[in-house]
Amino acid sequence: MNRVSNNAIDTASTDVLVVGAGPAGLAAAVELRRLGVQRVVVAERQLEPGGIPRHSQHLGYGIRDFRRLMTGPSYARRYAKMAERSGVELRLSTTVFDAAPAANDARAVLLSTGVRERPRAARLVPGARPAGVYTTGSLQQLVMAGIAVGSWAVIVGAEHVSYSAIPTLLHGGCRPVAMVTDRPAHQTYRLLAAATAGRNGVELVVGRRVVDIAGQRRVEAVVLDDGRRIACDTVVFTGDWIPDHELARHGGLAIDCGTNGPAVDSSFRTSVAGVFAAGNLLHGAETADVCALEGRRAARSIADFLCGTDRWWPPSGPDMIVESPLLWVSPNRLSAPRAAIGSPSKATDRWRFTLRTAQDLGRRAIEVRQHGLLLWSGRPVGTASPNRSFTIASTWQRAADPDPAAPITLTVVN
Amino acid sequence: MIDDRPYDVAVIGAGVVGSAVARLLSHHRLRVVLVDSGPDVGAGTSKANTAILHTGFDATPGTIESRLVARGYALLHAYAPQVGIAIEQTGAVLVAWNDEQLAALPRLAKKAAANGYAGTELLDRAAVRALEPNLGDGVCGGLLVPDEHLIDPWSTPIAFATEAVANGVDVRLNTAIDRVSVGIDVHDLGHGIRTRFVVNAAGLHGDELHRAFGFDGFTIRPRRGELIVFDKLARPLLTRTILPVPTSATKGVLIAPTVFGNVMLGPTADDIDDRSGTGSTSSGVARLLEQGRRIMPRLLDEEVTAVYAGLRAATEHGDYQITSEPSARYVCLGGIRSTGLTSSMALAEEAVIRLGQCGLELVPKPDEALVTVRMTNLGEAFTRPYQSSGRIVCHCERVTDVEIAAACTGPLPATDIDGLRRRTRSLAGRCQGFYCTAEIVTLAARASGKSTAHWIGASG
Ligand SMILES: Cc1cc2nc3c(=O)[nH]c(=O)nc-3n(C[C@H](O)[C@H](O)[C@H](O)COP(=O)(O)OP(=O)(O)OC[C@H]3O[C@@H](n4cnc5c(N)ncnc54)[C@H](O)[C@@H]3O)c2cc1C
Ligand SMILES: Cc1cc2nc3c(=O)[nH]c(=O)nc-3n(C[C@H](O)[C@H](O)[C@H](O)COP(=O)(O)OP(=O)(O)OC[C@H]3O[C@@H](n4cnc5c(N)ncnc54)[C@H](O)[C@@H]3O)c2cc1C
Repeated sequence: MNRVSNNAIDTASTDVLVVGAGPAGLAAAVELRRLGVQRVVVAERQLEPGGIPRHSQHLGYGIRDFRRLMTGPSYARRYAKMAERSGVELRLSTTVFDAAPAANDARAVLLSTGVRERPRAARLVPGARPAGVYTTGSLQQLVMAGIAVGSWAVIVGAEHVSYSAIPTLLHGGCRPVAMVTDRPAHQTYRLLAAATAGRNGVELVVGRRVVDIAGQRRVEAVVLDDGRRIACDTVVFTGDWIPDHELARHGGLAIDCGTNGPAVDSSFRTSVAGVFAAGNLLHGAETADVCALEGRRAARSIADFLCGTDRWWPPSGPDMIVESPLLWVSPNRLSAPRAAIGSPSKATDRWRFTLRTAQDLGRRAIEVRQHGLLLWSGRPVGTASPNRSFTIASTWQRAADPDPAAPITLTVVN
Repeated sequence: MIDDRPYDVAVIGAGVVGSAVARLLSHHRLRVVLVDSGPDVGAGTSKANTAILHTGFDATPGTIESRLVARGYALLHAYAPQVGIAIEQTGAVLVAWNDEQLAALPRLAKKAAANGYAGTELLDRAAVRALEPNLGDGVCGGLLVPDEHLIDPWSTPIAFATEAVANGVDVRLNTAIDRVSVGIDVHDLGHGIRTRFVVNAAGLHGDELHRAFGFDGFTIRPRRGELIVFDKLARPLLTRTILPVPTSATKGVLIAPTVFGNVMLGPTADDIDDRSGTGSTSSGVARLLEQGRRIMPRLLDEEVTAVYAGLRAATEHGDYQITSEPSARYVCLGGIRSTGLTSSMALAEEAVIRLGQCGLELVPKPDEALVTVRMTNLGEAFTRPYQSSGRIVCHCERVTDVEIAAACTGPLPATDIDGLRRRTRSLAGRCQGFYCTAEIVTLAARASGKSTAHWIGASG
């Protein structure tokens, strides 16, 4: 087991500051304590720990980490309890304004600040600005607080989270009438679509965009790009994720131009020494269990980092660049290996890279190249279609050249 | 005891102009009422502008507007820090993108001098680049206007109106004046409001009200200005306001920082017929993005926080339409198009002088009888409440629970989410409520005694 060195000169009072008590941050904190790290502080700006799941009253949490199906609130409570039991110091109603370890009197910082959905304005949907326009995030909080959201809703988007809005709306006494997606089909599991939209008679409108919102004080209708008007008093904008990267940006971390989150290597190291990142901040919304497992893995790299007496931080290696129709890959940079240390751990190899695409890839293969040479090629695992994530192996990493001037490209084979 | 004496003055319209008038009148021994059809003060055009305190360097010399902008600039510049309205001297640089525009710059410098502003400075291409390195390709030169300021447009009318209320003015909201009966001594405005004198500060409806009093002379045709507000992460891209070289038709599209720490791109200028047409359009947004891409390409890499539109009260005339009618004890502040935030306090002086000329007896209250106000600072350049106390509930804008509660109580409380936003910045940030709507609505409901359904806009 890794032990944190008690370096006499090092006076930092916190070993690790975790920013954000969502699944990624809490799972990381628990794992850090399990690995023997002394002072693990989790700062959370909200009143309660747990992150987004606190307000997700539907089932759908905990499959990969707890091997059972839970609601969001009980999932959040479980992590909060684990954190408390393992001696994590939780600081609630505490906003972190600076990502630098030194600024926080900490040896290492883990950013796990999550993602948000792009609201209506960020999607440049024009029109009037009446009340009744939400994101799934704000919707589930309102419904959980017992606040009446409206009577009949149009959902914009048709990915997993869009379908989670259906039970949430119904729970809040609001009838979902239609879902609108600019894709030719929905982007979720057939079963989930059937159990939510199908069962409740929610019309799926495909291949259309919302181009106007009508209503002065309260929403009266949405207007689609074919001129169709769908009457409603509520609009829910779903998905279209953007990482909460304010701290990362202010801290001068290199940002990946695909994910918009901090660029990290497969040990979750960012470009700034001592700063790690995990969870949805690194990609669009994955499920909470995926984020929690990511947090756990990040904890191991942090513990390794704290073990080294010299606090060695790898120089940046090459960026991984995706080519269209691929949108992003996470992790997305390679680090130079530490020469004398020997081969990187096998555990790193088992971790897979997550990708998203703008087009359906079907069974097409992905190629990984550097210096024009093929490092790896193979088929994605998972459904390689828009608004869903799929993965590829990471075994090729060891063969890659750590020269930062030699980017690694990921392409789809035609 | 019900006081059924008529008011001395009714100010119709509680935008930044009417509120400034009411404030100045409240410094006199008068019974004043400030009336607005909307749910709040400053909820019309005054909430949707580019929030620049103009030096007036580019006004048409000799106009009323030129004079009042210069005077208003000085007054508001002094008033803002006294009451805690955020104001920042960033300066502006007018950028020429071709030879024709370059040739216009010396003329603009001369015009500025004719407007009483001597601070401009001509810059060559390299100097402009050095000042604003993120400008796009093709800069030919520029004109520096160091004294242009940014100001908090939301707090300004609220401060005026709050001070007016503190000094005895009645405020009547949700009160549309649509039938007036003009009397020999007293006008009846309906809604139980009788008054000896009237100030028309009705913005986009100023001409209608003017006719209701039996006068004519200008017609308002709204000129819509759409604006895109970019994420605070864009703020480091520029240090000062980037202005285009104005044409006869419009001041053009600018890129300006805001006191809230965002960056604004706009406004467009489209003449429309609908006086309530404050929605944005896909064509307007597309045009702005196209211009923004040219002026500062990197701006477009940042997220958009808000898109909105404001309507300028444009008329067929090139100047403000200010008239007084002693016979009707009536003063009209009409056609206050695109500089009214800057000129508001000067317009108030103008109105009060004209009321005096119309026969209103103006007895100033002694200084020690005047109540002053202190606004909560909303500007990023100054200390915000969260830095000393309270719990942050709106995380994007760092607004505390204490501020929410305070904004929902007091003499001029927020009555809806928009009013709350203008008083605190809550829900004005990048997440647009993804994280905090429920909590803010709950806090507002608790503080105000109104239901959460009211605050979310689900009912009335
Ligand atoms: C509507 C909806 C439905 C979903 N349904 C499911 C589902 O059924 N099953 C499932 O597995 N997943 C679901 N998810 C996804 C799941 O909620 C997320 O994957 C998970 O919460 C991500 O965890 P995280 O730790 O990365 O981030 P979050 O859970 O977002 O946590 C980030 C935390 O960081 C805090 N924070 C941010 N900045 C700061 C700062 N500067 N200082 C202090 N604290 C800060 C935030 O307050 C937040 O608590 C859903 C998501 C949504 C929005
Ligand atoms: C896009 C844009 C950008 C601008 N940028 C700037 C800038 O950078 N700097 C600057 O100084 N100025 C700027 N301006 C101009 C400035 O915003 C306006 O000049 C100013 O807000 C006008 O204030 P007002 O009080 O006259 O009008 P309003 O704010 O419209 O107030 C009029 C009020 O009268 C009420 N009303 C109307 N009719 C009636 C009735 N019959 N009964 C009761 N109430 C009634 C309305 O409800 C309204 O609240 C800009 C304007 C726009 C549109």
